[in-house]
This record gives sequence, C-alpha cells and structure tokens, in this order.
Amino acid sequence: MEQATPSPTFLSMPTHTNCLAKRNIGDWLFALAVIAGTGFAYHRLVHVMDGTDIAILILHALLLIAVGWLWRPFRLFSVTVAALALFSIWLYQGDLTRSIDKETLNGVVKGVFFLKYLLSSQSAISWMSAFIFMATGAYWIGLAARSSFAERTGSALTWWSAVMGTVGLCVRWHESWLLSPETAHIPISSLYEVMVFFCLVTALLYLFYENRYNTRKLGAFILPIISIAAVYMLWLAFNTTAYQIQPLTAPLRSYWMKIHVPANFIGYGGFTIAAMVGVAYLLVFGAETPSPQENRPPLGLRASLAGHLPEPRVLEDIMYKAIAIGFAFFTVATILGALWAAEAWGGYWSWDPKEVAALIVWLNYAVWLHMRLTRNLRGTTLAWWAFVGLFVSVFAFIGVNTFLGGLHSYGNVSGS
Amino acid sequence: MPPSSPSAKFLDELIELLSSMRFAISLLTLLAIASVVGMVIPQNEPPNVYLNRFGQLWDPVFSALGLYSVYSTAWFIAILAFLVLSTTLCIIRQFSPLLREIRSFREHAREASLRGFALSASLAPTLPPEARCQAVTSYLSREGFRLRVNQREGSTLVAAKKGHWGHIGYFLAHGAIVLICLGGLLDGNLLLSMQIHLAGKVPTSGNQLISQIPPSAWLDTRTKGGFRGNVSIPQGQSRDFAVIASGDGILLQRLPFHIELKHFNVEYYANGMPKRYTSDVLITDKETGEKFEPTIEVNKPFKHRGIALYQSAFDDAGSVLHMTMHHFWVGDHPDSQPINAEVGGSIPLGPFSLEFTDFKPVNVESMGGQSKEDRSRNLLGSAAATTEFAKDMNSLGPSFSYRLRNSAGQTQEFINYMQPILFAGRKYLFSGTRSDPQTPFSFARIPLDEDDSASTWFAIRRIFFDPKRHGALVKSYLSSNKPNNEESAAAREGRKLFAENTLAAFTQDGWLGVTHLINTIIPEKKDNPSPEEADSREQMLEDTIILSETVLSALTQEAWKIAREAAGKSTSAMPNEMQELYIRDALAALNQTYFLPFYLQLDSFEHRQATVLQAARSPGKPLVYLGSLFLALGVFAMLYIRERRLFVLLKENEALVAVSSDRKSIDLDETFARHRDGLAAALGARPT
Repeated sequence: MEQATPSPTFLSMPTHTNCLAKRNIGDWLFALAVIAGTGFAYHRLVHVMDGTDIAILILHALLLIAVGWLWRPFRLFSVTVAALALFSIWLYQGDLTRSIDKETLNGVVKGVFFLKYLLSSQSAISWMSAFIFMATGAYWIGLAARSSFAERTGSALTWWSAVMGTVGLCVRWHESWLLSPETAHIPISSLYEVMVFFCLVTALLYLFYENRYNTRKLGAFILPIISIAAVYMLWLAFNTTAYQIQPLTAPLRSYWMKIHVPANFIGYGGFTIAAMVGVAYLLVFGAETPSPQENRPPLGLRASLAGHLPEPRVLEDIMYKAIAIGFAFFTVATILGALWAAEAWGGYWSWDPKEVAALIVWLNYAVWLHMRLTRNLRGTTLAWWAFVGLFVSVFAFIGVNTFLGGLHSYGNVSGS
Repeated sequence: MPPSSPSAKFLDELIELLSSMRFAISLLTLLAIASVVGMVIPQNEPPNVYLNRFGQLWDPVFSALGLYSVYSTAWFIAILAFLVLSTTLCIIRQFSPLLREIRSFREHAREASLRGFALSASLAPTLPPEARCQAVTSYLSREGFRLRVNQREGSTLVAAKKGHWGHIGYFLAHGAIVLICLGGLLDGNLLLSMQIHLAGKVPTSGNQLISQIPPSAWLDTRTKGGFRGNVSIPQGQSRDFAVIASGDGILLQRLPFHIELKHFNVEYYANGMPKRYTSDVLITDKETGEKFEPTIEVNKPFKHRGIALYQSAFDDAGSVLHMTMHHFWVGDHPDSQPINAEVGGSIPLGPFSLEFTDFKPVNVESMGGQSKEDRSRNLLGSAAATTEFAKDMNSLGPSFSYRLRNSAGQTQEFINYMQPILFAGRKYLFSGTRSDPQTPFSFARIPLDEDDSASTWFAIRRIFFDPKRHGALVKSYLSSNKPNNEESAAAREGRKLFAENTLAAFTQDGWLGVTHLINTIIPEKKDNPSPEEADSREQMLEDTIILSETVLSALTQEAWKIAREAAGKSTSAMPNEMQELYIRDALAALNQTYFLPFYLQLDSFEHRQATVLQAARSPGKPLVYLGSLFLALGVFAMLYIRERRLFVLLKENEALVAVSSDRKSIDLDETFARHRDGLAAALGARPT
C-alpha cells in the first residue's frame, strides 16, 4: 500500500481547477473498475433492492471514485478490500459453517483455512486489531529511534488494519445474509460494529493526513487512541455477546442508517485526530529547540520531540483541518439523524439524551471554530480545547448509551 | 456623526452587545450547560420519582427552576429567543460589508499597500510589455480566477479573486440557525402553553371516561399550533382525537379526520423480537368525506391535512381469554370450571378481585447461554456462524398476566404460560408470581403426565391441601411403607404422628413450616449447651430434616397413586425413573410459595390488539428543514471554499504579485508560491 507519491513541497495541496484534465490512466482505470463492480452488484442483487438502495449504490460508487481521485492511495485500498472481500464470499459458497470446524458423523470437518484464520468477519476484525497494535508499536519505535523504516512499517500496518477492518465489515454483511435474509443489514447498527467502523475510519482519516502533510510522525500520537478503541471493541467481544449478529429493531430498519451512521463516524474520527494532534502540539509548543547553527542535541524530552515532529503551526493546521472535516460531517449526520427521527419517532427533535449530547458536541466545536476563524485565536488554548473535546465526544458516543439510555438504545454496553 | 441622546446611545450599545460574538458565544455556552442539565436529569418523569431521587430539600428547588422539563421552561426558550435575536442582528450587521466584499475586486488597490502584503513578490518579466497583461489574464483565468483589469497611469493592475462566494456560506449557516430556532419554537410547547394560558385550556387528570372530559381540556381542529399526541385505537374501532401529555395531566386534540383500525399486524424475528408492526387504517376526512386506506408502519408515516400519523407502539385491547379454573380450596364446587375474561377486565372472587392485565401471543426466550470459553473460541470464524440468533431459542407460546387484589388493595401478580414448556428435558406448565412489580417472577414448574395434562398434579394439590383427606393419605402411606422387621405399635404411632405433623406444617408454610416444626420438636436442652451437645443436636436436626423429606416424598407418591387411580390412569403406565422425577417435581411445585387457591389454565383466546399511533403537526418543520439544508451548505461553504485574492501590478520593468485571503492559513503560503512561480513562467521571469 506504499505508493504515495512524495510531494515536492512540504504542503502539497491539490488544486481542483480542472478536475478531469488532471486524471491519469490509473484514475480512469479505477473509475472503470468501480463502475464495473457497481454494475456487477446491481446485476446480482437487483431483485432484493428497492429504489433507495439503488440510489445509495450509485451514490456510493460516485463517492468511491471521488475519494479515489482526490486521494490516490485510496484506489489501491478499495481494490484490495474488494478483492479480499469477494474472495472471502467466494470461499463461503453460501455456507456459513465453512468458516468453523464442525463435527459431523464422519468426524470433525475443518473450517476452510483462509476463512477460519483470515477472511471471515471475526478473523478479519481480529487482524485489524492486531495490525493497529503493531502499527502503534512501529510508530513508537520510529519516534524513539528516529527510524524512518519503522515509521514506514507503521504506515503500512495502519493501511492493512484499515483493509482488514473494511473487509471484516463487508464480509460480516454477507454473513448476515447467509444467516437469514431477514436478519441481513449493513453492519453499523450495534456498538461492536460501530467500534470497528470507528477504528477503520479514524485510521483512514489519519492516513489521509499522513499522506497530505507528508509526515509519518503523528502516527505515534493517533494510533494509540485507535488502539484504545480496538481494546474496547475486543473487551465488548470477550465480555458480552455484542459480536453476534442481531436483527434490527423496527426503527433501525431504514435507509437513513446507511448514511447517518457513517457521517457521524467521520465526525468522531476527525475530532479524535484533532484531539491527539492537539496533544502533540501541547508537547511541542514552546519547547526549546537548538537552532541548526548550534549543532547540539536537544535538551529534554519535549525539545527532542519538538525537533522531530512537524512545527507547531503545521500541527495546528492539521488540528484545524481535522476539526473542520469532523464538524462538517457531524453537522450533516445530525441533520440526517433529525430527518430519520422525524420518520421513525414522529418528531425531528425529541430532546432525547443522544440528541442533546450531539447538540453539545456540535456547540463545542462550533464555538471552537468561531474562536479560531473569527477571533483568530491560536495556540495552546485551542489545543487544550480540542483535547478536552475528545472527552465530550466520547461521552456523546459511548457514555450516553451506557449511563443515560433513551431512544438510541442500540449501543447499550450491557445489552447482548 | 451628530451627538446622540443618551437613550439612543444606550440603544446602540445594546445592539452592539447583542450582536457581538462574545454575547453569541455566551448564549451557546448557556445552551450547552442547560442541555447538559436536561440530559443528566431524566425529563418529564412522575413527580414522586424526583422526590425520591433528590429528597425533600432539593426537589422543590429543582422543580421551581424547571429542571424536570428544562426544554420547555421560560428561561430555556428565552435563551433560544436571544440566540435568534443575536444571530439576526449579527447577520444584519454583516450584510452590507460582506456583500461589498463579495462584489469588489479591489482593483483600485494602491501599490504601496500591495507591497505591504505579507505575501508579495516582485518579478522581472522578459515578455514584451504589450503581451504581459494578456499572459497574466489568461494564466489567472485558466486557474479559475475571476478578474478585473485596471489600466492606470504608468501601470496596469490585474485584480483577481476566487472563492469569494464562500462568504455566502456565512449567511446560509447563520440564517440557518435563525430558521431552525424559529421552526423549533413553532413546533415546541410554546403555542400549547399559550393556549393553556390565553384560551383558558386546563389539562385534565386523565383518569376519566372520554365523555366526562370537560370542554376546557379539548383543543379543536381550528387551532393550527404544533402538537404531538398519542392515538390509541383498538382493532375495528375508530378515533378522532389525540391525547397530549401536558404537565401532570392531558389535553385532547380533536383531529380533522376519523381513523379506523382495520387490522394490526406484528411480524416477529425467529428470536421473538418484533420485526415490523403495521396498522392498516381507514382515514375518513370529516369535511370532505374523502377516504384513504394507508398502511402505517415504523419509518413509514402517513400525512393528511398537515397532520402526520406515525406507528409508535401497540397494546392489548381486551383480548378474550377462555380459561379453566382448577380449584384447590375445599368447598362446594366442582374441581374445575370454565371462566372467560377480557384483558383489562376483572372478576370478583369472594373478598378478592381478579384483574387481567396483559396477554402476549408470542414469547420467545433464550434458554441457553454461552460460556466465556465458547465466546473466546468464537472470536475466530464468522460472526454469524457463532451467533445465538434462532439457536437455543425456545418458543414459549402465549402467556397472560393477572393480578389478585385483596380488599386492602394489596396485589399479587401472576403470569401463566398457555402451553407446556420444555425445561431440562422435561415438560412443565410454567406459572410465575411476585408481589413486588420491581422484582422478577418466581416460577412454579408444574409437572405433566404422559399425555401432557396437569390434572394429576392438580389432584395431588387438592389432596395435600385438604386437611380432611390427610388421615386417609397418611394411612395409605403407613401401609405401603412398612419397615422390613415387625414394628411396635408405639413406633407405628410415632411414624403416623410425624407424618401427620410434617404434612400439616408443609401445607401451612412449605419447607419453612417443616423446619420450624422440627426446631420445636427437638428443643434446645440448656441455655448454654456444650459444643458436643450442640453438635449432636445439629446432627439430629439434619437427620430429621432428611427424614421429613423422605416422608413428604412418600406422601406425594401416595397422593399420586390416589389421583391416578381416581382418574383411571394406571400407575404402572409411567416408568419407575419417570415416576421418581415426577414425584420430585410435583413436591417441588407444591412447595413453591404458590399458595393460590386456584390455577388458571388458558385453553383458547381471541387476540384483540390496539395500535398506538402518534399524531403530530409541526408547522415549523419546513422552516427547520430549509434551515438544515442551509446549515449543511453553509458549513461546507465556510470551511471549504477558501477566498483567494491575487493582484498583479504590471509596471514597466516589474510585475508585482501579491496574495491575500480573509483567513490566514498555512496553505495560503503554498498557494502564493505556486501562483508566483506560475506567473513567473507566464511572464518569462524569475523571482527577483
């Protein structure tokens, strides 16, 4: 997955002046592949899709092409995910039990190797967690030993964690079909599923910034938080039955879920990255770094970090960009949630604890953006704020369901 | 400016304050804090819940502050109103400056000010002067800039701009806040409380028949405010009003149409979770007589005359239960008799009343559980293959609940399942009971005969709990449990006495009674027994308890024989090991704290359901939706359309390039560098 073209300048932002003229052959091939895949999916599944499903399929294809064109490494990512997921589906041959050992009259029949250990949903998701932990280690070694090789390894491992997470969710979707067509649903409906989704979205968002800003130093800050999410996800799997595929409750049976939940998690992912970049900023800001003329090793941990990490103004820029993308998507997600609530519960806003928590998160970042954009506030205040914002978001995401209940009961930790 | 009067000055300052960023941010913070309070304290619960939680001291304070319904208090609405005011003033103040900003090219910028820009560079073009302007304009157009050329004395200024429409985002996003808040106020409780205060509407307590509800609690169809209320319609019936909860009471909103429930249907997943519920209704418009027959389900509401009907819940609407009552108490009545009842109805029963509370046609419960080891093993492999869904799921069939209420108003609650349920490999009738609705049911498992009937157990129950039949039972026990060697008359009398006493104690108080009995017949010898004496007494107690268990088992066995023979069922029809299990289960079921004088067995039922629809009118919804659209567009425009202004001042031997933006950001440097180099290439120049 290491195919990012090195940027000529430190900050190479694309210009969108003439979108089509700047496409290379890879872009067109990718678009063609996405269209072909969409056509294939349409051909195979048209009998179970309704109008909104088809609309979402087409939107999804356009979105994939757009992201692939805007961010080229995403092309290889999508193709790899598609290939692995299709391979897994092919291995299943419509029989769920092929992924596990089963006892028959003629003795134990072993599960298909690739399914059992690699590509069934649970295995793929376990691999995602493993890659996340390994990537965290690699980035830390990279930071401690100033090893660019370790950092590149961390980057590759992060890519693979995102690949395996996405494959895991795709295959899980297929498995829910094999289980029973009436149970089938997009795997973003339970707390366990959205934790997986959170891990992979945050990893992808991070990789986007790593690529855009051409620096792998921040992985050491962002991967740990993804690791914590993965640990929580594993805890859920080990201690509750949350990993099981459960049918949807009546209100969740809606196409809105397919867009409301992903938009929300791009939001949470952005806020998470901003918080961790904020931490990096706080560590680095104001540290005494020796000027190049002095030619001496930096004194102290912070100074040593400061010499290694991007300069504060760059960190601050990443922080702003992550909050901006998070805020934009969180706004859309909240609006989509209101539209959905209007259909399912009879009112677009019920002051349900989850809705109120979303409002608080939104207000928090709205004020942050006002402070930065209108007041031109910069520096440690905003970094602290972004960091504290993470706790507000985490509370809105997990805490509300755990402690307060309400209509968003899907994510109840104790529920199985 | 002419000197203004003090009051005008005050007004200016007030407007200045209200439209200031500081004020707006304070409001947002207040809003967030109020929301946190409303989120942490559960809203709109019954008053005693709060009294219990916060105590005598704080409850009145919190109540007065409106913390139990934060979002409809005057102060919360005031915050929203101030937010609308502040944002509106802010938009008005920004309107003309931003419009000017969008329109202007600043083509009259002076050379000195351009040189003062943080991002400016001077180029030495090699292109002939007459071609320079052309080269610059074509480069900038190619890069997507809009531009204006200002020929002036000795120089030409090309003023270009891009992304200036991003400022529209400001109006969209901030206008959206105003629209959403206004729409929300329209749909909120504001209009309802205005009607309560202005039109003299009074919420009523709700424990009344509809016909008794005074007109002051009715809202007629002419009122156009927003409301949300429930419409509960039993199968086959029709309703034309919605019940709105207001404070502690209710208001009734008359609807402009009748809703008749034709059919209500629930589909279940294999694990018993409801999958979808649908209401087939007939809607008849009161004015025009138009008829509609929509199917309303979750996520698929129906709208008519601005009122949307949503599927919200379902309820029992008086299902008819046909039951057999098996009497256990002694008296002049048949052993069993049929009775009929409706869910929601009650039957007088001597000093008691029997209230039927619920009926469920489908019960599915997970009877198995996975161990932790299983779970860890299952973490590899597919999630679906290891899902418990539809596995270990036991369909328990229909169930109904009832309460027995005594004259003092105390109740005991029961739940009975209609069909025999397989438990640990054997079939039972399940009946649960509890006296406290907060606690789970404790279940009695009534064992069944080979033909799945519980009649033998009912007969055993009658024999056991009829003191007149104890003598015969004990006699038959003594004759079938003779010791091997000859026993003395005294020993026989002793056994008889023990059996009689144990049986009496058991039927009075279950095992508790037996334990009590044994404690009294083996009295403590002294106030301070020596350890040895205490140990020997312990031993004696234990032995006696085991003995009493054996005796009760044997008595059950005797009662079983008597019951089987009376029913014409041979005792040898049941294999010995089955007999043993049956006797064990029968005794266990006799021991349950199930001291009910009868058992209700459900034979058949007519399921009658009511659908609960939510009727809502939200006149503010178009405003809110328009606002939401503006908000989404505005946020993206503000964050992602970056304004860029680029100036190229062409002089005889120099081209001055300068870039500015309304926001300082790190990529502006990069943009500047790129255009500087691009222009240098276009002009055939190198940066000087």
